Amino acid sequence: MTLLRAQQAGYAYGACAVLEDLSFSLPAGQLVTIAGPNGAGKSTLLTMLAGLRADYRGHCFYRDREVRAWPRREFARDVSFVPQNVRIEFPFTAEQVVLMGRTPYCHGLFERGDDWRMVERALEMTDTVAFRKRDFRSLSGGERQRVVLASALAQEPQVLLLDEPAAFLDLQHQVALYELLRRLCRGGLLAVAVTHDLNLAAAYSDRVLLLHRGRLVEDSAPAEAFTRERIAEVFGVDAEVRQTLAGRPWIAYGN
Amino acid sequence: MGIDPASPQRLFQAVAWSALAALILTPLAGPTALDWSRVTLASSMERQILWELRLPRVLLAMLAGGCLSLAGALFQALLRDALATPYTLGVSSGAALGAVAAICLGWTQAFYLPAVWVAAFAGAAGALVIVLLIATEGNRMSSFTLLLAGVTINSMCLALILFLHNLAGFTQSFSISRWLMGGVDAVEYPALAWLSVITLAAAALVLRHARDWNLLAVGEDWASARGLSPRRLLLTGYLAGSVLTGAVTALTGPIGFVGLIVPHALRLRVGADHRVLMPCSFLVGAAFLAVCDALARTVLAPAEVPVGVITAMCGGPFFIWLLRTRRRSLWL
Repeated sequence: MTLLRAQQAGYAYGACAVLEDLSFSLPAGQLVTIAGPNGAGKSTLLTMLAGLRADYRGHCFYRDREVRAWPRREFARDVSFVPQNVRIEFPFTAEQVVLMGRTPYCHGLFERGDDWRMVERALEMTDTVAFRKRDFRSLSGGERQRVVLASALAQEPQVLLLDEPAAFLDLQHQVALYELLRRLCRGGLLAVAVTHDLNLAAAYSDRVLLLHRGRLVEDSAPAEAFTRERIAEVFGVDAEVRQTLAGRPWIAYGN
Repeated sequence: MGIDPASPQRLFQAVAWSALAALILTPLAGPTALDWSRVTLASSMERQILWELRLPRVLLAMLAGGCLSLAGALFQALLRDALATPYTLGVSSGAALGAVAAICLGWTQAFYLPAVWVAAFAGAAGALVIVLLIATEGNRMSSFTLLLAGVTINSMCLALILFLHNLAGFTQSFSISRWLMGGVDAVEYPALAWLSVITLAAAALVLRHARDWNLLAVGEDWASARGLSPRRLLLTGYLAGSVLTGAVTALTGPIGFVGLIVPHALRLRVGADHRVLMPCSFLVGAAFLAVCDALARTVLAPAEVPVGVITAMCGGPFFIWLLRTRRRSLWL
Protein backbone atom coordinates (compact mmCIF):
# COMPACT_ATOMS: atom_id res chain seq x y z
CA MET A 1 0.00 0.00 0.00
CA THR A 2 1.45 3.35 -1.01
CA LEU A 3 1.72 5.80 1.88
CA LEU A 4 3.74 8.67 0.46
CA ARG A 5 3.69 9.71 -3.16
CA ALA A 6 5.35 12.63 -4.89
CA GLN A 7 4.24 13.75 -8.32
CA GLN A 8 6.38 16.30 -10.13
CA ALA A 9 7.05 17.78 -6.71
CA GLY A 10 9.49 20.64 -6.29
CA TYR A 11 10.53 23.39 -3.94
CA ALA A 12 12.03 26.83 -4.33
CA TYR A 13 13.44 29.30 -1.82
CA GLY A 14 12.29 32.49 -3.51
CA ALA A 15 13.57 32.30 -7.07
CA CYS A 16 16.10 29.59 -6.26
CA ALA A 17 14.72 26.14 -7.05
CA VAL A 18 16.30 23.49 -4.81
CA LEU A 19 14.12 20.54 -5.82
CA GLU A 20 12.61 19.91 -9.22
CA ASP A 21 10.32 17.39 -10.78
CA LEU A 22 10.48 14.60 -8.20
CA SER A 23 8.20 11.61 -8.65
CA PHE A 24 8.24 8.50 -6.50
CA SER A 25 5.94 6.45 -4.37
CA LEU A 26 6.83 4.82 -1.07
CA PRO A 27 4.85 1.86 0.31
CA ALA A 28 4.36 0.80 3.92
CA GLY A 29 6.97 -1.47 5.47
CA GLN A 30 10.04 -0.05 3.78
CA LEU A 31 13.17 1.56 5.13
CA VAL A 32 14.07 4.24 2.61
CA THR A 33 17.25 6.29 2.55
CA ILE A 34 17.59 9.70 0.97
CA ALA A 35 21.23 10.31 0.07
CA GLY A 36 23.14 12.90 -1.88
CA PRO A 37 25.83 15.56 -1.53
CA ASN A 38 25.48 18.74 0.56
CA GLY A 39 22.88 21.09 -0.84
CA ALA A 40 21.20 18.41 -2.93
CA GLY A 41 17.87 19.18 -1.23
CA LYS A 42 17.62 16.15 1.07
CA SER A 43 16.41 17.96 4.20
CA THR A 44 14.09 20.14 2.16
CA LEU A 45 12.48 17.05 0.67
CA LEU A 46 12.08 15.50 4.10
CA THR A 47 10.45 18.57 5.66
CA MET A 48 8.19 18.82 2.59
CA LEU A 49 6.98 15.28 3.19
CA ALA A 50 6.55 16.11 6.89
CA GLY A 51 4.08 18.84 5.97
CA LEU A 52 6.32 21.61 7.29
CA ARG A 53 6.57 23.35 3.91
CA ALA A 54 3.10 23.95 2.62
CA ASP A 55 4.35 26.03 -0.32
CA TYR A 56 5.85 23.13 -2.29
CA ARG A 57 5.21 22.84 -6.03
CA GLY A 58 3.56 19.91 -7.74
CA HIS A 59 1.97 17.27 -5.56
CA CYS A 60 2.83 15.32 -2.42
CA PHE A 61 0.29 12.83 -1.25
CA TYR A 62 -0.06 10.98 2.01
CA ARG A 63 -2.64 8.22 1.60
CA ASP A 64 -3.87 9.85 -1.62
CA ARG A 65 -4.59 13.15 0.06
CA GLU A 66 -2.46 16.20 -0.60
CA VAL A 67 -0.06 16.68 2.35
CA ARG A 68 -0.88 20.37 2.80
CA ALA A 69 -4.62 19.61 2.77
CA TRP A 70 -4.42 17.33 5.84
CA PRO A 71 -5.63 18.75 9.15
CA ARG A 72 -2.37 19.15 11.10
CA ARG A 73 -3.50 17.21 14.15
CA GLU A 74 -4.74 14.23 12.17
CA PHE A 75 -1.58 14.24 10.07
CA ALA A 76 0.58 14.30 13.20
CA ARG A 77 -1.04 11.10 14.44
CA ASP A 78 0.27 9.31 11.34
CA VAL A 79 3.46 11.07 10.31
CA SER A 80 6.21 12.07 12.69
CA PHE A 81 9.43 13.91 12.05
CA VAL A 82 12.83 13.65 13.74
CA PRO A 83 14.72 16.88 13.07
CA GLN A 84 18.47 17.20 13.21
CA ASN A 85 20.12 18.86 16.19
CA VAL A 86 17.22 20.06 18.35
CA ARG A 87 18.23 22.87 20.70
CA ILE A 88 16.08 23.82 23.65
CA GLU A 89 16.47 27.01 25.61
CA PHE A 90 14.53 25.90 28.71
CA PRO A 91 15.05 23.18 31.35
CA PHE A 92 12.70 20.50 30.02
CA THR A 93 13.48 16.99 31.16
CA ALA A 94 14.04 14.24 28.59
CA GLU A 95 10.74 12.71 29.66
CA GLN A 96 8.87 15.98 29.10
CA VAL A 97 10.35 16.19 25.61
CA VAL A 98 9.10 12.67 24.85
CA LEU A 99 5.72 13.50 26.36
CA MET A 100 5.29 16.28 23.82
CA GLY A 101 4.92 13.55 21.21
CA ARG A 102 1.51 12.75 22.68
CA THR A 103 0.15 16.21 21.80
CA PRO A 104 -1.90 15.10 18.75
CA TYR A 105 -3.78 12.66 21.00
CA CYS A 106 -4.37 14.91 24.00
CA HIS A 107 -7.59 16.74 24.63
CA GLY A 108 -7.22 18.28 28.06
CA LEU A 109 -4.29 20.08 29.58
CA PHE A 110 -2.77 16.88 30.96
CA GLU A 111 -1.82 13.44 29.65
CA ARG A 112 -3.65 10.26 30.64
CA GLY A 113 -2.62 6.68 31.35
CA ASP A 114 -2.46 5.67 27.67
CA ASP A 115 -0.14 8.55 26.94
CA TRP A 116 2.21 7.57 29.74
CA ARG A 117 2.26 3.94 28.53
CA MET A 118 3.32 5.06 25.05
CA VAL A 119 5.99 7.31 26.52
CA GLU A 120 7.26 4.40 28.58
CA ARG A 121 7.50 2.22 25.46
CA ALA A 122 9.22 4.93 23.44
CA LEU A 123 11.79 5.44 26.21
CA GLU A 124 12.52 1.73 26.32
CA MET A 125 12.80 1.35 22.54
CA THR A 126 15.38 4.12 22.34
CA ASP A 127 17.33 3.09 25.44
CA THR A 128 16.71 6.45 27.13
CA VAL A 129 15.02 5.30 30.35
CA ALA A 130 18.19 5.89 32.36
CA PHE A 131 18.20 9.66 31.85
CA ARG A 132 14.49 10.37 31.56
CA LYS A 133 14.55 12.83 34.48
CA ARG A 134 17.61 14.72 33.33
CA ASP A 135 17.64 18.19 31.82
CA PHE A 136 17.57 17.76 28.03
CA ARG A 137 20.26 20.43 27.67
CA SER A 138 22.69 18.47 29.83
CA LEU A 139 22.57 15.42 27.53
CA SER A 140 25.20 14.60 24.93
CA GLY A 141 24.40 15.00 21.23
CA GLY A 142 23.70 11.30 20.79
CA GLU A 143 21.51 11.10 23.88
CA ARG A 144 19.49 14.08 22.68
CA GLN A 145 19.10 12.48 19.29
CA ARG A 146 17.62 9.36 20.90
CA VAL A 147 15.27 11.41 23.09
CA VAL A 148 14.01 13.26 20.02
CA LEU A 149 13.50 9.90 18.29
CA ALA A 150 11.55 8.68 21.33
CA SER A 151 9.36 11.78 21.12
CA ALA A 152 8.58 10.98 17.48
CA LEU A 153 7.87 7.32 18.31
CA ALA A 154 5.46 8.40 21.06
CA GLN A 155 3.31 9.78 18.24
CA GLU A 156 2.63 6.16 17.15
CA PRO A 157 3.51 7.01 13.56
CA GLN A 158 2.75 5.11 10.35
CA VAL A 159 5.47 7.13 8.66
CA LEU A 160 8.68 8.17 10.41
CA LEU A 161 10.81 10.84 8.72
CA LEU A 162 14.35 11.22 10.09
CA ASP A 163 16.96 13.86 9.30
CA GLU A 164 20.43 12.37 9.84
CA PRO A 165 19.31 10.33 12.83
CA ALA A 166 22.69 8.66 13.26
CA ALA A 167 24.83 11.79 12.99
CA PHE A 168 25.74 12.02 16.68
CA LEU A 169 25.42 8.37 17.60
CA ASP A 170 28.26 6.06 18.55
CA LEU A 171 28.64 2.83 16.61
CA GLN A 172 26.61 0.77 19.05
CA HIS A 173 23.70 3.18 18.97
CA GLN A 174 23.93 3.64 15.20
CA VAL A 175 23.45 -0.09 14.78
CA ALA A 176 20.77 -0.16 17.48
CA LEU A 177 18.90 2.66 15.75
CA TYR A 178 18.91 0.99 12.35
CA GLU A 179 18.02 -2.41 13.86
CA LEU A 180 15.09 -0.69 15.57
CA LEU A 181 14.02 1.00 12.33
CA ARG A 182 14.25 -2.30 10.47
CA ARG A 183 12.14 -4.02 13.14
CA LEU A 184 9.52 -1.28 13.05
CA CYS A 185 9.42 -1.44 9.26
CA ARG A 186 8.71 -5.18 9.40
CA GLY A 187 5.71 -4.20 11.48
CA GLY A 188 4.43 -1.98 8.67
CA LEU A 189 6.11 1.36 9.34
CA LEU A 190 7.47 3.43 6.49
CA ALA A 191 10.76 5.00 7.59
CA VAL A 192 12.47 7.64 5.45
CA ALA A 193 15.92 8.70 6.63
CA VAL A 194 18.31 11.28 5.26
CA THR A 195 21.88 10.17 5.79
CA HIS A 196 25.43 10.89 4.73
CA ASP A 197 26.63 7.47 5.80
CA LEU A 198 26.38 5.48 2.59
CA ASN A 199 27.47 2.21 4.20
CA LEU A 200 24.84 2.46 6.89
CA ALA A 201 22.29 3.16 4.16
CA ALA A 202 23.57 0.26 2.09
CA ALA A 203 23.49 -2.15 5.02
CA TYR A 204 19.96 -1.44 6.19
CA SER A 205 17.78 0.27 3.63
CA ASP A 206 15.38 -1.43 1.28
CA ARG A 207 15.58 1.44 -1.10
CA VAL A 208 17.71 4.47 -1.87
CA LEU A 209 16.59 7.80 -3.27
CA LEU A 210 19.68 9.52 -4.61
CA LEU A 211 19.40 13.27 -5.04
CA HIS A 212 21.78 15.31 -7.12
CA ARG A 213 21.39 19.05 -7.75
CA GLY A 214 17.74 18.98 -6.79
CA ARG A 215 16.81 16.07 -9.01
CA LEU A 216 16.13 12.43 -8.32
CA VAL A 217 18.84 10.50 -10.15
CA GLU A 218 18.29 7.07 -8.64
CA ASP A 219 15.39 5.24 -7.01
CA SER A 220 16.33 1.63 -6.44
CA ALA A 221 17.73 -0.99 -4.08
CA PRO A 222 21.15 -0.15 -2.56
CA ALA A 223 22.98 -2.67 -4.75
CA GLU A 224 21.78 -0.92 -7.89
CA ALA A 225 22.03 2.62 -6.55
CA PHE A 226 25.56 2.48 -5.17
CA THR A 227 27.69 1.67 -8.19
CA ARG A 228 31.16 3.04 -8.78
CA GLU A 229 29.92 5.16 -11.70
CA ARG A 230 26.98 6.58 -9.79
CA ILE A 231 29.10 7.54 -6.79
CA ALA A 232 31.66 9.21 -9.03
CA GLU A 233 28.92 11.10 -10.83
CA VAL A 234 26.98 12.25 -7.76
CA PHE A 235 29.65 12.68 -5.09
CA GLY A 236 32.71 13.21 -7.31
CA VAL A 237 34.61 10.55 -5.39
CA ASP A 238 36.40 7.57 -6.84
CA ALA A 239 35.29 4.72 -4.60
CA GLU A 240 35.55 1.00 -4.68
CA VAL A 241 32.29 -0.88 -4.25
CA ARG A 242 32.61 -4.31 -2.67
CA GLN A 243 30.05 -6.74 -1.43
CA THR A 244 29.50 -7.82 2.15
CA LEU A 245 28.70 -11.41 3.17
CA ALA A 246 25.05 -10.37 3.49
CA GLY A 247 25.09 -9.37 -0.18
CA ARG A 248 25.01 -5.66 0.54
CA PRO A 249 27.28 -3.16 -1.21
CA TRP A 250 30.20 -1.77 0.80
CA ILE A 251 31.74 1.47 -0.33
CA ALA A 252 35.44 1.88 0.35
CA TYR A 253 37.35 5.04 -0.44
CA GLY A 254 40.59 6.79 0.32
CA ASN A 255 42.78 3.98 -1.06
CA MET B 1 18.23 18.20 37.58
CA GLY B 2 15.57 15.72 38.46
CA ILE B 3 12.04 16.91 38.95
CA ASP B 4 10.03 14.70 41.23
CA PRO B 5 6.43 14.43 39.91
CA ALA B 6 4.95 14.99 43.36
CA SER B 7 6.94 18.14 44.00
CA PRO B 8 5.20 20.50 41.52
CA GLN B 9 1.96 19.88 43.38
CA ARG B 10 3.50 20.55 46.75
CA LEU B 11 5.22 23.57 45.31
CA PHE B 12 1.98 24.82 43.83
CA GLN B 13 0.40 24.62 47.27
CA ALA B 14 3.29 26.48 48.85
CA VAL B 15 3.04 29.15 46.18
CA ALA B 16 -0.72 29.53 46.66
CA TRP B 17 -0.23 29.90 50.42
CA SER B 18 2.43 32.54 49.98
CA ALA B 19 0.13 34.54 47.69
CA LEU B 20 -2.63 34.30 50.26
CA ALA B 21 -0.25 35.35 53.02
CA ALA B 22 0.80 38.37 50.95
CA LEU B 23 -2.84 39.30 50.46
CA ILE B 24 -3.53 39.16 54.18
CA LEU B 25 -0.28 40.59 55.54
CA THR B 26 0.77 43.36 53.16
CA PRO B 27 -2.30 45.57 53.82
CA LEU B 28 -0.94 45.90 57.37
CA ALA B 29 2.17 47.67 56.17
CA GLY B 30 2.04 51.38 55.60
CA PRO B 31 2.93 54.79 56.97
CA THR B 32 0.11 54.67 59.56
CA ALA B 33 0.02 51.76 61.98
CA LEU B 34 -3.42 50.22 62.15
CA ASP B 35 -5.07 49.72 65.49
CA TRP B 36 -6.92 46.45 65.05
CA SER B 37 -9.49 47.07 67.72
CA ARG B 38 -10.78 49.97 65.67
CA VAL B 39 -10.80 48.36 62.22
CA THR B 40 -14.12 46.69 62.81
CA LEU B 41 -15.74 49.92 63.97
CA ALA B 42 -18.00 51.50 61.40
CA SER B 43 -16.76 54.87 60.05
CA SER B 44 -13.43 54.67 61.88
CA MET B 45 -10.37 56.02 60.12
CA GLU B 46 -8.65 52.62 60.36
CA ARG B 47 -11.47 50.96 58.56
CA GLN B 48 -11.38 53.56 55.82
CA ILE B 49 -7.60 53.25 55.38
CA LEU B 50 -7.79 49.46 55.22
CA TRP B 51 -10.73 49.13 52.85
CA GLU B 52 -10.36 52.18 50.66
CA LEU B 53 -6.61 52.72 50.52
CA ARG B 54 -4.64 49.64 51.46
CA LEU B 55 -6.74 46.75 50.20
CA PRO B 56 -7.45 48.05 46.67
CA ARG B 57 -3.81 49.00 46.40
CA VAL B 58 -2.65 45.53 47.43
CA LEU B 59 -5.15 43.94 45.06
CA LEU B 60 -3.88 46.10 42.20
CA ALA B 61 -0.27 45.26 43.05
CA MET B 62 -1.09 41.54 43.11
CA LEU B 63 -3.02 41.64 39.87
CA ALA B 64 -0.26 43.66 38.20
CA GLY B 65 2.52 41.43 39.52
CA GLY B 66 0.69 38.27 38.49
CA CYS B 67 -0.12 39.53 35.00
CA LEU B 68 3.37 40.88 34.31
CA SER B 69 5.01 37.64 35.45
CA LEU B 70 2.61 35.58 33.38
CA ALA B 71 3.23 37.84 30.38
CA GLY B 72 6.98 37.43 30.96
CA ALA B 73 6.75 33.63 31.01
CA LEU B 74 4.58 33.79 27.89
CA PHE B 75 6.88 36.08 25.89
CA GLN B 76 9.86 33.95 26.88
CA ALA B 77 8.15 30.84 25.51
CA LEU B 78 6.95 32.52 22.32
CA LEU B 79 10.36 33.98 21.53
CA ARG B 80 12.36 31.02 22.89
CA ASP B 81 14.39 33.51 24.83
CA ALA B 82 14.66 33.70 28.61
CA LEU B 83 15.50 37.41 28.44
CA ALA B 84 12.28 38.47 26.76
CA THR B 85 9.86 40.34 29.02
CA PRO B 86 7.22 43.03 28.48
CA TYR B 87 9.75 45.56 29.75
CA THR B 88 12.82 44.49 27.79
CA LEU B 89 10.72 44.13 24.62
CA GLY B 90 9.55 47.74 24.89
CA VAL B 91 5.94 46.63 25.29
CA SER B 92 5.61 48.37 28.66
CA SER B 93 6.92 51.69 27.36
CA GLY B 94 4.71 51.36 24.29
CA ALA B 95 1.73 50.97 26.60
CA ALA B 96 2.86 53.97 28.68
CA LEU B 97 3.24 56.07 25.54
CA GLY B 98 -0.28 55.12 24.48
CA ALA B 99 -1.63 56.04 27.89
CA VAL B 100 0.20 59.37 27.97
CA ALA B 101 -1.00 60.21 24.46
CA ALA B 102 -4.58 59.50 25.52
CA ILE B 103 -4.21 61.82 28.52
CA CYS B 104 -2.67 64.59 26.44
CA LEU B 105 -5.29 64.40 23.73
CA GLY B 106 -7.97 64.47 26.40
CA TRP B 107 -9.60 61.21 25.31
CA THR B 108 -11.85 59.80 27.96
CA GLN B 109 -13.69 56.91 26.42
CA ALA B 110 -13.15 54.52 23.54
CA PHE B 111 -15.17 51.35 22.80
CA TYR B 112 -17.05 51.77 26.11
CA LEU B 113 -13.75 51.44 28.01
CA PRO B 114 -11.55 54.15 29.53
CA ALA B 115 -9.56 55.57 26.61
CA VAL B 116 -6.33 55.24 28.57
CA TRP B 117 -6.73 51.46 28.66
CA VAL B 118 -7.47 51.14 24.98
CA ALA B 119 -4.59 53.45 24.10
CA ALA B 120 -2.25 51.53 26.42
CA PHE B 121 -3.19 48.26 24.72
CA ALA B 122 -2.71 49.81 21.28
CA GLY B 123 0.68 51.15 22.37
CA ALA B 124 1.72 47.76 23.76
CA ALA B 125 0.67 45.92 20.60
CA GLY B 126 2.27 48.55 18.37
CA ALA B 127 5.62 48.40 20.18
CA LEU B 128 5.56 44.59 20.04
CA VAL B 129 4.87 44.53 16.30
CA ILE B 130 7.69 47.00 15.61
CA VAL B 131 10.21 45.10 17.76
CA LEU B 132 9.30 41.76 16.18
CA LEU B 133 9.56 43.22 12.68
CA ILE B 134 13.02 44.61 13.45
CA ALA B 135 14.29 41.36 14.94
CA THR B 136 12.95 39.01 12.28
CA GLU B 137 15.25 38.07 9.46
CA GLY B 138 13.36 35.78 7.13
CA ASN B 139 12.06 33.02 9.36
CA ARG B 140 14.61 33.50 12.10
CA MET B 141 14.71 35.81 15.04
CA SER B 142 17.92 36.87 16.69
CA SER B 143 17.62 37.29 20.43
CA PHE B 144 20.44 39.83 20.36
CA THR B 145 18.64 42.03 17.81
CA LEU B 146 15.46 41.52 19.79
CA LEU B 147 17.04 42.96 22.94
CA LEU B 148 18.59 45.87 21.06
CA ALA B 149 15.30 46.60 19.30
CA GLY B 150 13.55 46.52 22.67
CA VAL B 151 16.04 48.97 24.17
CA THR B 152 15.66 51.26 21.16
CA ILE B 153 11.87 51.23 21.27
CA ASN B 154 12.07 51.85 25.00
CA SER B 155 14.12 55.00 24.65
CA MET B 156 12.11 56.25 21.68
CA CYS B 157 8.87 55.81 23.62
CA LEU B 158 10.37 57.55 26.64
CA ALA B 159 11.52 60.44 24.44
CA LEU B 160 8.03 60.80 23.00
CA ILE B 161 6.55 60.64 26.49
CA LEU B 162 8.87 63.46 27.63
CA PHE B 163 7.90 65.45 24.56
CA LEU B 164 4.17 65.02 25.25
CA HIS B 165 4.82 65.78 28.90
CA ASN B 166 6.40 69.03 27.88
CA LEU B 167 3.36 70.04 25.85
CA ALA B 168 0.86 69.03 28.52
CA GLY B 169 -0.99 71.34 30.91
CA PHE B 170 -0.52 71.26 34.65
CA THR B 171 -3.13 68.64 35.60
CA GLN B 172 -2.23 66.44 32.65
CA SER B 173 1.40 66.80 33.53
CA PHE B 174 0.69 65.45 36.99
CA SER B 175 -1.09 62.35 35.67
CA ILE B 176 1.71 61.77 33.18
CA SER B 177 4.34 61.78 35.91
CA ARG B 178 2.59 58.70 37.23
CA TRP B 179 3.44 56.69 34.11
CA LEU B 180 7.03 57.74 34.14
CA MET B 181 7.56 56.29 37.60
CA GLY B 182 5.55 53.13 37.53
CA GLY B 183 3.81 52.51 40.79
CA VAL B 184 0.60 51.25 42.25
CA ASP B 185 -1.77 53.67 43.86
CA ALA B 186 -5.08 53.40 45.57
CA VAL B 187 -7.61 52.68 42.83
CA GLU B 188 -11.37 52.72 42.92
CA TYR B 189 -13.06 49.37 43.07
CA PRO B 190 -14.93 49.70 39.72
CA ALA B 191 -11.64 50.28 37.86
CA LEU B 192 -10.15 47.33 39.71
CA ALA B 193 -13.11 45.16 38.77
CA TRP B 194 -12.76 46.10 35.09
CA LEU B 195 -9.06 45.40 35.15
CA SER B 196 -9.62 41.99 36.77
CA VAL B 197 -12.22 40.99 34.21
CA ILE B 198 -10.01 41.90 31.27
CA THR B 199 -6.73 40.55 32.59
CA LEU B 200 -8.12 37.39 34.15
CA ALA B 201 -9.84 36.55 30.84
CA ALA B 202 -6.51 36.99 29.04
CA ALA B 203 -4.71 34.99 31.74
CA ALA B 204 -7.26 32.17 31.45
CA LEU B 205 -6.70 32.07 27.69
CA VAL B 206 -2.95 31.86 28.23
CA LEU B 207 -3.24 29.10 30.84
CA ARG B 208 -5.64 27.10 28.67
CA HIS B 209 -2.86 26.83 26.07
CA ALA B 210 -0.17 26.05 28.68
CA ARG B 211 0.66 22.70 27.05
CA ASP B 212 1.00 24.31 23.63
CA TRP B 213 3.53 26.87 24.89
CA ASN B 214 5.76 23.93 25.86
CA LEU B 215 5.97 22.82 22.25
CA LEU B 216 6.30 26.35 20.91
CA ALA B 217 9.14 26.95 23.38
CA VAL B 218 11.04 24.14 21.63
CA GLY B 219 10.34 25.36 18.11
CA GLU B 220 7.69 26.19 15.55
CA ASP B 221 8.41 23.15 13.39
CA TRP B 222 8.46 21.02 16.53
CA ALA B 223 4.94 22.24 17.39
CA SER B 224 3.74 21.98 13.82
CA ALA B 225 5.00 18.37 13.50
CA ARG B 226 2.90 17.52 16.55
CA GLY B 227 -0.32 18.84 15.13
CA LEU B 228 -0.41 22.44 16.37
CA SER B 229 -0.77 25.59 14.27
CA PRO B 230 2.17 27.76 15.34
CA ARG B 231 1.00 30.88 13.53
CA ARG B 232 -2.40 30.91 15.18
CA LEU B 233 -0.83 30.15 18.57
CA LEU B 234 1.75 32.91 18.20
CA LEU B 235 -0.97 35.38 17.29
CA THR B 236 -3.07 34.32 20.30
CA GLY B 237 -0.03 34.57 22.56
CA TYR B 238 1.13 38.00 21.40
CA LEU B 239 -2.41 39.33 21.59
CA ALA B 240 -3.00 37.98 25.11
CA GLY B 241 0.44 39.20 26.22
CA SER B 242 -0.30 42.69 24.91
CA VAL B 243 -3.67 42.75 26.68
CA LEU B 244 -2.08 41.65 29.97
CA THR B 245 0.72 44.21 29.74
CA GLY B 246 -1.37 47.03 28.27
CA ALA B 247 -4.20 46.77 30.79
CA VAL B 248 -1.86 46.59 33.78
CA THR B 249 0.37 49.37 32.52
CA ALA B 250 -2.63 51.66 31.99
CA LEU B 251 -3.22 51.60 35.75
CA THR B 252 0.29 51.28 37.12
CA GLY B 253 2.68 52.72 34.55
CA PRO B 254 5.64 50.67 33.36
CA ILE B 255 6.94 48.38 36.11
CA GLY B 256 10.08 46.62 35.04
CA PHE B 257 11.78 43.31 35.69
CA VAL B 258 8.89 41.51 37.45
CA GLY B 259 8.31 39.52 34.27
CA LEU B 260 11.97 38.61 34.18
CA ILE B 261 12.84 37.72 37.77
CA VAL B 262 9.78 35.69 38.69
CA PRO B 263 9.53 33.21 35.78
CA HIS B 264 13.28 32.78 35.68
CA ALA B 265 13.68 32.05 39.39
CA LEU B 266 10.74 29.66 39.27
CA ARG B 267 12.06 27.83 36.22
CA LEU B 268 15.13 26.89 38.23
CA ARG B 269 12.89 25.27 40.81
CA VAL B 270 9.85 23.82 38.97
CA GLY B 271 11.34 23.25 35.53
CA ALA B 272 10.06 24.46 32.20
CA ASP B 273 6.63 22.82 31.97
CA HIS B 274 4.33 25.80 31.43
CA ARG B 275 1.39 23.99 32.99
CA VAL B 276 3.22 24.32 36.32
CA LEU B 277 5.40 27.32 35.58
CA MET B 278 2.64 29.67 34.45
CA PRO B 279 0.18 29.39 37.36
CA CYS B 280 3.14 29.51 39.78
CA SER B 281 4.50 32.61 38.00
CA PHE B 282 1.14 34.31 38.33
CA LEU B 283 0.87 33.63 42.07
CA VAL B 284 4.49 34.32 42.95
CA GLY B 285 4.48 37.46 40.81
CA ALA B 286 1.40 38.65 42.68
CA ALA B 287 3.01 38.04 46.07
CA PHE B 288 6.31 39.54 44.92
CA LEU B 289 4.85 42.85 43.76
CA ALA B 290 2.61 43.11 46.83
CA VAL B 291 5.69 42.76 49.04
CA CYS B 292 7.71 45.22 46.91
CA ASP B 293 4.87 47.72 47.20
CA ALA B 294 4.64 47.22 50.96
CA LEU B 295 8.36 48.06 51.05
CA ALA B 296 7.75 51.02 48.75
CA ARG B 297 5.35 52.64 51.18
CA THR B 298 7.27 51.90 54.38
CA VAL B 299 10.99 52.31 53.62
CA LEU B 300 10.91 56.09 53.49
CA ALA B 301 7.58 56.58 55.30
CA PRO B 302 5.78 58.94 55.25
CA ALA B 303 7.27 59.52 51.77
CA GLU B 304 6.78 56.82 49.13
CA VAL B 305 9.16 55.17 46.72
CA PRO B 306 7.51 54.19 43.42
CA VAL B 307 7.38 50.39 43.33
CA GLY B 308 9.02 50.45 39.87
CA VAL B 309 12.16 51.76 41.57
CA ILE B 310 12.18 48.80 43.98
CA THR B 311 11.66 46.18 41.25
CA ALA B 312 14.34 47.86 39.14
CA MET B 313 16.78 47.79 42.05
CA CYS B 314 16.16 44.03 42.44
CA GLY B 315 15.80 43.29 38.75
CA GLY B 316 18.63 45.30 37.23
CA PRO B 317 21.46 43.39 38.92
CA PHE B 318 19.61 40.12 38.31
CA PHE B 319 19.34 40.93 34.61
CA ILE B 320 23.05 41.71 34.42
CA TRP B 321 23.89 38.45 36.17
CA LEU B 322 21.68 36.61 33.66
CA LEU B 323 23.38 38.32 30.73
CA ARG B 324 26.81 37.37 32.07
CA THR B 325 25.96 33.73 32.64
CA ARG B 326 24.11 33.39 29.37
CA ARG B 327 26.56 35.30 27.25
CA ARG B 328 28.07 32.29 25.55
CA SER B 329 24.76 31.01 24.21
CA LEU B 330 23.74 34.54 23.23
CA TRP B 331 26.64 35.05 20.88
CA LEU B 332 26.47 31.61 19.35
